[in-house]
Amino acid sequence: MLSCLRHLIIVLPALLILGCSDGSEDKSSVAEAKPDKDEIVVYSSRKEHLIKPLFDRFTAETGIKVSYITDGEGPLMARLEAEGERTPADMLITVDAGNLWQAAQKGLFRVTDSEVLEQKVPEQFQDSQNRWFGLSLRARTIVYATDRVKPEQLSTYEALADDEWDGRLCLRTSKKVYNQSLVATLIERHGEAATQEIVKGWVDNLATDVFPNDTALMEAIAAGQCDVGIVNTYYFGRLQADNPDIKLALFWPNQDTTGVHVNISGAGITQHAKHPQLAQQLLEWLAQGEAQALFAGLNMEYPVDPAIEQDPLVKSWGTFKADDLNVDVAGRRQAEAIKLMDRAGYR
Amino acid sequence: MISASVSTVWPAEKQPHWLRRMGLLRSTAIVLALMVTAPLLVLALSWTTIDGEIWLHLAQTQLLRLLGNTAILLMGVTIGVLLLGVSLAWLTATCDFPGRKWFDVGLMLPLAVPAYVMAFVMVALFDYAGPVQVVLRSWLGPDVSFSFRGTGAVVLVMSLVLYPYVYMLARGAFLAQGREPLEAARMLGCGPFAGFFKVALPMARPAIIAGLALALMETLADFGAVSVFNYDTFTTAIYKAWYGFFDLQTAAQLASLLLMLVLVGLYLERRGRGDARYFQTGRRQASSGRILLRGRRALLASVFCGLVFSIAFIVPVAQLAYWVIDGAWRDWDSRYLGLVGHTLSLASIAAVITVLAALLLGLYRRLHQTKMANTLVRLATVGYALPGSVLAVGIMLSFNWLDAGIADLQKALGLPVQPWFVGGVLALILAYTTRFLAAAFGPVETSLERIKPSITEAAAILGAKPAEITRRIYLPMLMPGMLTAILLVFVDVMKEMPATLLMRPFGWDTLAVRVYEMTSEGLWQQAALPGLSIVAVGLIPVIVLVRRSAH
Repeated sequence: MLSCLRHLIIVLPALLILGCSDGSEDKSSVAEAKPDKDEIVVYSSRKEHLIKPLFDRFTAETGIKVSYITDGEGPLMARLEAEGERTPADMLITVDAGNLWQAAQKGLFRVTDSEVLEQKVPEQFQDSQNRWFGLSLRARTIVYATDRVKPEQLSTYEALADDEWDGRLCLRTSKKVYNQSLVATLIERHGEAATQEIVKGWVDNLATDVFPNDTALMEAIAAGQCDVGIVNTYYFGRLQADNPDIKLALFWPNQDTTGVHVNISGAGITQHAKHPQLAQQLLEWLAQGEAQALFAGLNMEYPVDPAIEQDPLVKSWGTFKADDLNVDVAGRRQAEAIKLMDRAGYR
Repeated sequence: MISASVSTVWPAEKQPHWLRRMGLLRSTAIVLALMVTAPLLVLALSWTTIDGEIWLHLAQTQLLRLLGNTAILLMGVTIGVLLLGVSLAWLTATCDFPGRKWFDVGLMLPLAVPAYVMAFVMVALFDYAGPVQVVLRSWLGPDVSFSFRGTGAVVLVMSLVLYPYVYMLARGAFLAQGREPLEAARMLGCGPFAGFFKVALPMARPAIIAGLALALMETLADFGAVSVFNYDTFTTAIYKAWYGFFDLQTAAQLASLLLMLVLVGLYLERRGRGDARYFQTGRRQASSGRILLRGRRALLASVFCGLVFSIAFIVPVAQLAYWVIDGAWRDWDSRYLGLVGHTLSLASIAAVITVLAALLLGLYRRLHQTKMANTLVRLATVGYALPGSVLAVGIMLSFNWLDAGIADLQKALGLPVQPWFVGGVLALILAYTTRFLAAAFGPVETSLERIKPSITEAAAILGAKPAEITRRIYLPMLMPGMLTAILLVFVDVMKEMPATLLMRPFGWDTLAVRVYEMTSEGLWQQAALPGLSIVAVGLIPVIVLVRRSAH
């Protein structure tokens, strides 16, 4: 027992010192802990491996450092809101227009008037009051098993509610904002009653419980658990890049009607930004040229500026007509969409 | 909070002088308790306005189902962790069979596997598209399939990651009991089974309940694992209100209801235990006193332990290792050392501070047998049952409140306004303390209770000076419990995700953060490297401390 005690007496302070020295010895991490005067601070719900290469490049080109933390949009927005004028954050990057719309509603963004952004980012993919701007596009589309489904059998999102697909449909959970946004656009087009019928039809056609993510869903289709599903294009891209022979293909629905549902990842400059000019410089940099191509390409998304070249794999999926609704419908009708899906039994 | 409270009065003059002098103890304990309960106060303050529409919607569409699901999950996990934890603890603490020494340590290792990692590994392995079912279909035909995302699977996975809490505490209790009570029972005519159920089990009850309470609170708090199964619990409603309806206030209200349920549960447990008190002699049995199992019984014991160990540890680790070899190793870069370093330093600092805080609270309650002391301690440890993100936001908001006060001061002095706490290491460590105080408090209090007043009194009568009493009685008797507590908190901090994500300083990413980055994008394979690293780093303290407690 005494040896035990001695051990502890030695180990505890050692641990404390070790732990503390980790912070103080490593100069760089201290520098990161307290951002410099000319350093942009970003809160991002877009993951590190999709933003770090860009920030590194920006720093190399301009000499302006960028520090960031990543987390879910809910916690980040709560922190931004609580910090108020004390926040170190200059920019919030997040995925899905619904989240950007909410952030704007909460007054977390400031108005950014920029000719570059107006010119590069199509109107449909930015806030009407210039508080946030889309930086990349993702289509939420239909994926099918090439050995069991002919593309002629597919037509629209709405048609997946038909009896033909009974027991053959796989969906991701309704808790994911991507599905909420898709249903929000359906409500905008068809009204609530008709949309609820469609969603009910989907639920009736489900082959199995809804999936926690798009990748698991596509693997289930490939394994034969179901034949069709609705996924974001870049998830398909990742799967295809890993396994080019996978017997899955994308289908562009609603080409004769409303067009494919597209959503954005985007950013805005915070209300209490300490470096609004620098942040605007970063935002404009991200929206054009190579950076814009890289921003989309890293995640196999579509550049928000149609003039920018797409990633070769993304290009191989072909062109499609996209829905021309302003993406802020995702925010405006998000709560409605969630309630509707709850009522329809879509978990 | 969990284990039996001390019934005997502990007069102050019988205490070592350093304890007596600590009028300080009281104020420190109160400050500590306030700090830890502040996030809960934030929740209570959420009731100022009620969004009737969202409440109505939740009530109409799902609240009943979610409550039902939660109850089923809690019952399932209770049965699962008790069956596994108590039986394994009994076998390894009192019996001897081939491999027993090895299982002593091995059965604790699943503690190092985070629940969210276990969940996605198991689903990837056993669900329809996983290798197990694919092989089964290639043998037995295409119609063979089962779902591994139902209630049974959730209960199984949660039980497998949470049984070590019960195992660890129950094993300690069984070891401390020694053979004497059982031998006495045998002499009074009890068979081995009756002896176990009538003597050993009731004596270990406080420890078992402490472990079970930790497991159940962690079940209630879990969101990562259940969301892999899309199994909706009460936590789901909290997140729906927050992430779906962007209504943090309703989320906080739901969370405070959850806490009320936990408090009621703990209260009922106390009532159920009544006035029974369990004192132990604190003597460890010699290994020669073990029941030697032979033949079929020995084989059964070994197979049972081996089976649990394989499913709870070998299988997930093997799958993670396979993914790493299969390509996830490409994620390796020099920053990994930084991730490991941050994880280790945060976990060790937080573990030590949290256990010291728990000890302080325990001593405070022991010396001040007041209602307020009990209530404070209860409140200070109940946060463990809160969903991690909700507690994280509560903590962030309370530190933010301090920052706001400092900002006013900074403004008055004409200084630039800067946050002091939020986004700093100190706040993050204190957040861990708040989150895991309950995990540390259980084992610490259990060992405090073992120091009966008569022991220190006897020592004092024999002329021992307070310093000697401290050195020869307090420290040795507290040590096993404190080591257990340090281990629990260390491993818990390593696995912790939401508070780390929200409050880490820039650049202070940990292994758990990397796991989050991957799994939230559906990249289960790529999460294998950080996942495996968490397990590997967690193994070191688990093995060291289990070895130590086995002495």
